[in-house]
Amino acid sequence: MATLPGVSGRGPAGEATASGVTSMASTGTSSEDPRKFALRVRGVTKVYRTDSLEVLALRGVDLDMLVSELIVLVGPSGSGKSTLLNILGGLDQPTAGQVLFGDLDLASCGEAALTRYRRDHVGFVFQFYNLIPSLTAEENVALVTEISRDPMDPGEALSLVGLEERRNHFPAQLSGGEQQRVAIARAIAKRPAILLCDEPTGALDSRTGVRVLEAIERVNKVLGTTTALITHNAGIADMADRVLSFADGRIAEVRENTRKRPAKEIAW
Amino acid sequence: MTTALNRKLTRDIWHMRGQILAVAIVIASGVAMLVMSLGTMQSLDETARAYYERYGFAQVFATVKRAPERLARKIGKIPGVQAVETRIFEFAILDIAGFEEPLLGSIVSIPEQGEPLLNRLALRAGRLVAPGRPDEVVISEPFALAHSLTPGDRVGAILNGHWRNLEIVGIALSPEFVYAIGPGALMPDDKRFGILWMGREALAAAFDLDGAFNDVSLSLMRGAQPQEVIDRLDQILARHGGIGAIERADQISNWFLMNEIEQMRTMSAILPTIFLAVAAFLTNMILARLIATEREEIGLLKAFGYSNWAVAWHYIKLVFAMAGIGILLGWGVGYWLGLINTRLYAENFDFPFLYYRPSPAVFIVVALISLAVAMLGALGSVRHAAALPPAVAMRPPAPPAYSRTWFSLILARWFDQPTRIVIRQILRWPVRSFLTTAGIAMSVAVMITALQWVDAINRMIDVNFQQAQRQDVSVGLVESRSSEILREFARLPGVLTVEPFRAVAARLRAGSRHKRIAIEGVPNTPRLNLVYDTSERPVSVSPGGLVMSTKLAEVLGVGRGDMITVEVLEDRRPVFEVPVMDLFETYIGTPVYMEIGTLNRVMRERPAIDGAHLLVDPTAMPALFRALKKTPKVSGVLLRRAVIDTFEETMGKLLLVFVSFFAGFAATLAVGTTYNSARIALSERGRDLATLRVLGFSRAEVSYILLGEVAILTLLAMPLGCLAGYGLVAWVITNAFDTELFRLPLIIEDSTYGYAVLLGLAASIVTAALVRMRIDRLDLIAVLKTRE
Repeated sequence: MATLPGVSGRGPAGEATASGVTSMASTGTSSEDPRKFALRVRGVTKVYRTDSLEVLALRGVDLDMLVSELIVLVGPSGSGKSTLLNILGGLDQPTAGQVLFGDLDLASCGEAALTRYRRDHVGFVFQFYNLIPSLTAEENVALVTEISRDPMDPGEALSLVGLEERRNHFPAQLSGGEQQRVAIARAIAKRPAILLCDEPTGALDSRTGVRVLEAIERVNKVLGTTTALITHNAGIADMADRVLSFADGRIAEVRENTRKRPAKEIAW
Repeated sequence: MTTALNRKLTRDIWHMRGQILAVAIVIASGVAMLVMSLGTMQSLDETARAYYERYGFAQVFATVKRAPERLARKIGKIPGVQAVETRIFEFAILDIAGFEEPLLGSIVSIPEQGEPLLNRLALRAGRLVAPGRPDEVVISEPFALAHSLTPGDRVGAILNGHWRNLEIVGIALSPEFVYAIGPGALMPDDKRFGILWMGREALAAAFDLDGAFNDVSLSLMRGAQPQEVIDRLDQILARHGGIGAIERADQISNWFLMNEIEQMRTMSAILPTIFLAVAAFLTNMILARLIATEREEIGLLKAFGYSNWAVAWHYIKLVFAMAGIGILLGWGVGYWLGLINTRLYAENFDFPFLYYRPSPAVFIVVALISLAVAMLGALGSVRHAAALPPAVAMRPPAPPAYSRTWFSLILARWFDQPTRIVIRQILRWPVRSFLTTAGIAMSVAVMITALQWVDAINRMIDVNFQQAQRQDVSVGLVESRSSEILREFARLPGVLTVEPFRAVAARLRAGSRHKRIAIEGVPNTPRLNLVYDTSERPVSVSPGGLVMSTKLAEVLGVGRGDMITVEVLEDRRPVFEVPVMDLFETYIGTPVYMEIGTLNRVMRERPAIDGAHLLVDPTAMPALFRALKKTPKVSGVLLRRAVIDTFEETMGKLLLVFVSFFAGFAATLAVGTTYNSARIALSERGRDLATLRVLGFSRAEVSYILLGEVAILTLLAMPLGCLAGYGLVAWVITNAFDTELFRLPLIIEDSTYGYAVLLGLAASIVTAALVRMRIDRLDLIAVLKTRE
C-alpha cells in the first residue's frame, strides 16, 4: 500500500491525540479500545464494471474514523470521495477490503444488515436535501424517529438546527438553507453514530451555507456524532479535525487542523 | 424518417414499454370487444339476410282454423302481395325408437312436386318427398342430429289421432325455424322438438283438410306496407277462424334472432365505451407524467428552434404508437373472438351456411374511434407541452404545494409518516386518484355484469319453473274439448293431480292500443301452474275479469280497475268488456289470465279445456309416457324437468364462454390502471423512495409507501365497482333485456360481488407485485447527488 493514512483526531472524551500522519502499525489503538473508532476502513478497493470497461474508483483505502471526529473529504470529481462515503454509509459495498463498524464488516453484510445499519447508525445529509414534499418539517424528522431505536424528539432535533418555529411548514414553504437544516435534523434525530454529508452546501449561497455548516458543527459538538463531509469548497475544510484529499482513488494527503475554524468564520 | 427526434421517440417507447403495453391492452380490449360484437352482429345479420333471401322467407304469416284453397287467389290480389303460399301446419306427438318421452313435432306441408314458393327448405341430406308416397317426411337437421337419424330411418307420429310410421327421406333446414323453439319452451330443445315436412296431399288427408289450408304466408312487393296487407288479410281470414296475421318481425324464430342482434348492439355500445374511456384516462396519465419529466428537454428543443407544433407532434406520435399497438392487438383478438362468438351463435341458431366476413369498414371505424379517444385523452398534456415557454421549461417545476388543513391534524393524530405520505399523495391529485379508482372499479363492474347473467338466469328458472310451476307434465290437446276429458287424464298411470287450462286467442284493446294474445283460463286458485308474482306471491284469479302481467299492462297502458275490450278470435268471436282485476310481475312473456268458468261463459260455450297440467308419481313416468304416446287427442307434451335441463345446459355453455371473455377483458382494465398508477407513483416518488432507503427504510417499508396509494385506491374501487356494477347491470337490463318475451331480473348475488371483487383484487395485486420488483432496482447512490 503506497499510502497509509493514519489516525488522528480526538478521542471520545474530546482530548486531542498527538498523532499526525503515522503508519498503520504505529496507531496501535485498535486492539486496545475498539470503541474509540467509529469506523475502520482497511484496504478498500472499488471497481465499477460496465460491459468491457473497468473503472477503479478506489484503490486500497485505509482510514480510521475516531468517535466524534469531523472529517472533511476534498478532491476533484471522480477522485473517489463519494464512493468512499457511499461505502461508509452502507449504500455500496467494496470490491475488496474491510469496513468495520465495531465487529460488523460492512463489506460482507447482506442487504438487510446494511439497511439495519443505515437505519440505526447512519445519518445522511444530501446535496439537494431530499425532503419528502408531502410531509412537514417535523414530519420529515418524525419519518426517521418512528423507525429508530433511541431517537430524540423531532422538536428537539429541529431546535438543534434552529428551526423549531418552522416545524409545521412543508418543504415547499422553506428556503433552501432551511430545508437543508431540516435534512440535518432528520439525519441526527436518530442519534446516529455517523453523520455523512455529501456536499451539504453545494446548492446554497454562502450565507445560508454557513448556517447549515453551523448546524453540522453544533451537532458534532453537542452530540459527538462522527461526521464525514464532502465538499468542493476549500474554505469549509478549515472546520474539520482532519482533511482528507482524494486523488485518483486514493487518499493523497491528510491534513490535521490544529485549530478548527468555527463555521461562522467561514465564507466563500 | 430517422431524425434525432424520431430516434428519441422510439427509445422513449422502448423505455416505457411496460406502461405503453398496459394502455395498449386496455385499448385492445375495447377494440376487440367492438370488432367482436360488430363482427358477430354483421355476420348474423348478413347470414340471416342471405338465408332469408335465398330461401324465400315469407314476410307475413297467418293461421286459420280452416280456409278453402280458393281464398289463396283472393289473398294474392291484396295490393302489395307478391306471392302466396298456403299450407297445413299442425302439431303432433312423435315417437322415436329408444326414446321414452313423447316428443313434440311441428308438421308442415310442402308441395309434393317442386319446391314451395316461400319458406323453401335448405336440403342437407336426402331428398324432398315424392308424389304419391304419403309416408315420406323430411325432418329438421338439429332434431335429426339429436337423435342420430338419417334418411331411411323411421319416425312414429300421431297425426290427428292416428299413429303413423313415417319414413325419413331428407334432412333440411328452413329460414322459418332458425331458432326452432317449441310451444311452451324457452329455448330450442333439439331432442324434444322437431319439424317434419310432409307432402301437402298426405297431410291434408291426415287432418281432413282436403282443398283447404290452415296456414298462409306471403311475400310482399318492394315498398308494400305490411300493416295494410295484414289488415286486408285479417278481413279475409276472419270468417275462417283467422286469429290475426303477423309480420316477419313478430315471427318467433326471426324475433329471437333479431333480438339477439339487438342485444349485441346495446352491449357493443356500452362496454367498449368503458374500456376506451379508461384508455383515454391512462393515456392522459402517462403523457402528463412523461411531459413533466421531460420539461427540460422540451425547453431545450424549443431553445434549439423546434416549433411548438413539432414538439406537440412528437408526443402525438407517441400516442399514435400506443393506440396503434392496441388497435392491431384488438383487431386480431377481436377477429378471433368474433369467429368463436359467431360459431357459438350458429350452434343456437340453425343456419345452412355462415358468413364470417367482418367488413374492413368495421376495422377502420373501430380504429378511428380508438385513435380519437386516445388523442382526446392526450390532448391536455400535449397542449401543455406545446405551450411551455422554453425558459420556463428549463427551470424545474414548482414543487407541489401541500398545505396543512384540518385534515392534516386528523392525519397527524392517527397515522404514521409513511401513511401520511400515501394519503397526502392521494389528496394532492384528487382527480387522478378518483379516475384510477374508477378504472379499477369498472373492471369490477364489468365482471359483475358478466356474472350477473348466471344470477339472473338462476332466478328466472327458480321463480318460473321451481316456484310457480309445480306440475311434472303439461299436456296439450289437438283441439278444445269438454272438460269431461279431465277424468280421462286422472285415470292415466301415475297421475296424482290434474289441473285444466284453456287458451283462447284474442285481441285486447285499451283505447288506441291493442295486443294479440292468448288468454289463459285457469282455476280460481291454481295449485299446479300458479299465477305467480316475482315477489314470490301466488295470485288468485277471481271470476269476472282479467289478471294481467305488468308487462302486458304496460303495453296496453292500463292499470288495475281499467276496462279492457276483448275481441275473441276463435269460434263465435265474441267481443266483451272486462276489468283488469289484478296485476302481477313476470320474467317471461306477457301472460294474461281469466278464471276458466268466466272464460267459458263469455265464450258462450260448455265447459271446455285445451289441456291439463299433471302432477305425476315419478315411478310411473315411463308408463305415463307410453300411455300418452297412444292418446290420440294429445297434440303435445311438455316436461317441466326437460325445459329446465335444456335451459341450464344451453345457458351454461354460453355463459361459460361469455364469462371467461369478460373475465379476461375486466382483468385488462384492472391491470392497465394499476400498472400505470403504480409506475407513475414510482416515477414521481422514486427519488423519495430511494431517499427513504438511504435513511434506513427496508424494502418492505418503502413498498408500502409506493403501493399504499394503489392499495387504498384499489380498496376504494371495490365498493365503487360493486355500485357501478349494479348500475351497469340495471342499464343493460332495461336497455337490452326488457322485452315482451322475457325480462332479466335485476338480481346480483353476494357471491357475484365477491367473485368480481376477488378478480379485481387479484389483478391489481399481481400487477402491483410486478412494479414492486422495481424497488429492488432503485439507485440509492444517484439520489444523493441528483436534483429532481
